[in-house]
Amino acid sequence: MSDVDFTLNGETRSVSVGTTQSLLSLLRDELELPGSKNACEQGECGSCTVLMDGAAVCACLVLAADADGSDITTVEGMASGDVLHAVQDALVAGGGVQCGFCTPGFVVAAAHLFESEPSPDRDQIREALSGNICRCTGYGAILRSLEDLAQR
Amino acid sequence: MEIVRPTDLSGALEALDSAPDATVLAGGTDLMVEINFGHRHPEHIVAVRRVEELTELNGRIGACVTWARLEQGPYRALAQAARTVGSPQIRAAGTIGGNLGTASPAGDGLPFLAALDAEIELHSAARVRRLRWDEFLTGPKQNALAPGELIHSVVLPDEIPTRQEFGKVGVRNAMVISAVMVCVARFDDGRTRVAVGSAGPTTLRVRAAEEMISAESSPGESALAEFQRLVSEGVNPITDHRSTADYRRHAAGVVARRLLERCL
Repeated sequence: MSDVDFTLNGETRSVSVGTTQSLLSLLRDELELPGSKNACEQGECGSCTVLMDGAAVCACLVLAADADGSDITTVEGMASGDVLHAVQDALVAGGGVQCGFCTPGFVVAAAHLFESEPSPDRDQIREALSGNICRCTGYGAILRSLEDLAQR
Repeated sequence: MEIVRPTDLSGALEALDSAPDATVLAGGTDLMVEINFGHRHPEHIVAVRRVEELTELNGRIGACVTWARLEQGPYRALAQAARTVGSPQIRAAGTIGGNLGTASPAGDGLPFLAALDAEIELHSAARVRRLRWDEFLTGPKQNALAPGELIHSVVLPDEIPTRQEFGKVGVRNAMVISAVMVCVARFDDGRTRVAVGSAGPTTLRVRAAEEMISAESSPGESALAEFQRLVSEGVNPITDHRSTADYRRHAAGVVARRLLERCL
């Protein structure tokens, strides 16, 4: 076991983690934050995307013990109270969700894009979401929702 | 020791000296997959991403420089290669040192290092040594790293070819491991290098093609065709779940020729 201190969705946390435990497992199994989804465990699907020190990364590929000192935001940290993040709002408005399993990863990846580029074009949106896989929407509704947001 | 998170080089080397069997963790994009799938169970981990010296990109490339940074330059072909690595999430975490540590024949950064005859600088508590890329990469997923040693940086030669291009063939644009990839570099005096990945047990150079095309100051159609043929002839691919040996051989020549044309 190893002691880890980090900031999680704005709150300071101190936890004890296993040597080989992933950040994803820590979030879901111990910190009761199941929004980041566990699917491929190899960085292929993007469903567990979180922000770590300002970068969008796959939580399954972060060793929990190596998250010490970092600032982590999960999908649970995107909304401000009852007010959805603009990206969440856009996906709701545009129907950019079907089964919803991949949605948290898309929300975090898209929020990361809009942070640095408030009016991305279609190619920039596609590029930013290229690490996120959705098996049911065919991406069209997700892209249109975010293009609408980019034009607001 | 279970995990050590050194913030400077001496701390990292001390940790590796006291536990030479420790596993080094940089971006985690290779190691965590092996851990998640139960293929590796490291008892001692030295996490090196906080070591500032390893993140330097200034004449040399520190082992912990990420693909996201390399995408921004300054090396054109390496930036092109970096942009083909995984996805934005992978590029934000994965490092060039990890590519060397994993030593996969499909390491996207390796053809550039081969084309430039880069050296790999290895540090341990006892010594510093440099190995040329082909002394370091010894086989598929095998390298010359000794117990207690850390991949410190990539050292590039003083003379960087002004024209350099990288190309990769895979089944889609994002999140793909290459079927074959090529880096072509050409100096102003015509000297040309061609390195191919995913087409042999390690990244390889095709010396016969290099010699032939280096003697051509302005290659015409027949020289380009001969270059393509020599590259195809000079690779050593296998058939696996990603592609066939025949396709890889063919594609290596075609891609090499296209990249050379862009260098002219």
